[in-house]
Amino acid sequence: MATMQVELVSVERPIWSGEATAVYARTSEGEIGVLPGHAPLLGALAPGWLVRIQQADGVEQRIAVHGGFLSVREDGVSVLAEMAESADEIDVARAHAALERSGSGSGEGTVAARDRALARLRAAGEQV
Amino acid sequence: MGAQLRVYRRQIKSTQSTQKITKAMELIAASRIVKAQNRVNAARPYADELTRALGALGKDTSLKHPLLTGLAEPKRTGILVVTSDRGLAGGYSANALKKANELAAQVRADGKEPVLYVIGRKGVGFYRFRQIPVAGSWTGFSEQPKFLDARDATETVVSALQATSEAESGEAAGIDELYVVYTRFESMVTQTPVAVQVAPVRASQDAIEALEGTEASEDSDGPGPSYDFEPEPEELLGALLPRYISARIFSALLESAASESAARRRAMKSASDNASDLIKTYTRLANQARQAEITQEISEIVGGADALAAAGSDQ
Repeated sequence: MATMQVELVSVERPIWSGEATAVYARTSEGEIGVLPGHAPLLGALAPGWLVRIQQADGVEQRIAVHGGFLSVREDGVSVLAEMAESADEIDVARAHAALERSGSGSGEGTVAARDRALARLRAAGEQV
Repeated sequence: MGAQLRVYRRQIKSTQSTQKITKAMELIAASRIVKAQNRVNAARPYADELTRALGALGKDTSLKHPLLTGLAEPKRTGILVVTSDRGLAGGYSANALKKANELAAQVRADGKEPVLYVIGRKGVGFYRFRQIPVAGSWTGFSEQPKFLDARDATETVVSALQATSEAESGEAAGIDELYVVYTRFESMVTQTPVAVQVAPVRASQDAIEALEGTEASEDSDGPGPSYDFEPEPEELLGALLPRYISARIFSALLESAASESAARRRAMKSASDNASDLIKTYTRLANQARQAEITQEISEIVGGADALAAAGSDQ
């Protein structure tokens, strides 16, 4: 099966890089799946969602991405994130608490906090 | 033990304990340089990718965005100065502040108004003492900046940039341009304070290179890839540019942290060397004082014995 080089980098450090067969993300326009050979694309990721990377060995990486971009080039895919956490780094209980705290407020900070909590929970595989 | 000798011994002891401290600080700083350099390297892929993305987007010269092209007549210029939280780093903070003052004078000479943003306790103290108003200040993370710490600063600066000086009356006036004054890490022994323009992005040197770089590679490889954009290019640019500016500020912070540790290591090394010299000098003086004391004691004993002998022969 064809693979492509995928890199997920955050501002502070590279989070993950390797060969993958597919990358699923959600841009502001909707869910998008990138397979090897995809046309060049530059997209802004929707807040509160995750990026799923189908590794070449079949394992799926689920990563919560906050403030990110997706860049597809001929030689690979890169996901840029201001902050990113892979599923095993996420504290589910804390994310639930954060989600409850942020409630349904509409302040700028509250919305950002809710998006962060949502992204974490979705990456951890929780139903929200 | 004579009084003079005791004084020297005490001096030696206190210099030795100072040297222990400066030696320890030197070692800590040395290990932090390496860590800071690693962080600079770890942050590089993100900045590179972002620059590449911006290059792809910026090729379209029809796109207009205030952060990209700037205003025709900028009125207020933001200056973000990166200094340290602690002293004991030689001229590190002083040099950065000097650079910032030169830049502010230049900006004033051009008929624009400088607006200061300060990172690091030393810079805050500098401006407070001179009663120069600052638009924003952040402290407590100069040695090991985390993105979360820096975000407060970058968000403030970016929103000021977005407001521009044409902000509605009643709102706080923003800024039209942004310079970052930080200390570039040239090598372990040289760190130079520099002022770089970050916004508008098209005026900043790195971005120009990025844009030209993509065009140059395009020339050699025939037509480059034409990107699909999601959402529309204008909207995407609006989302990308603030991130790009924050990334530039964050990388300036990381590099400053490396420079700060290097400056501190050097300052502490020369302090330790000075302490060694002092200890050597005091040891010599103490030895001299000890010998003088012994000589004096001998001559007193001999003199006393002579006097006794003379007194005995008189009888």
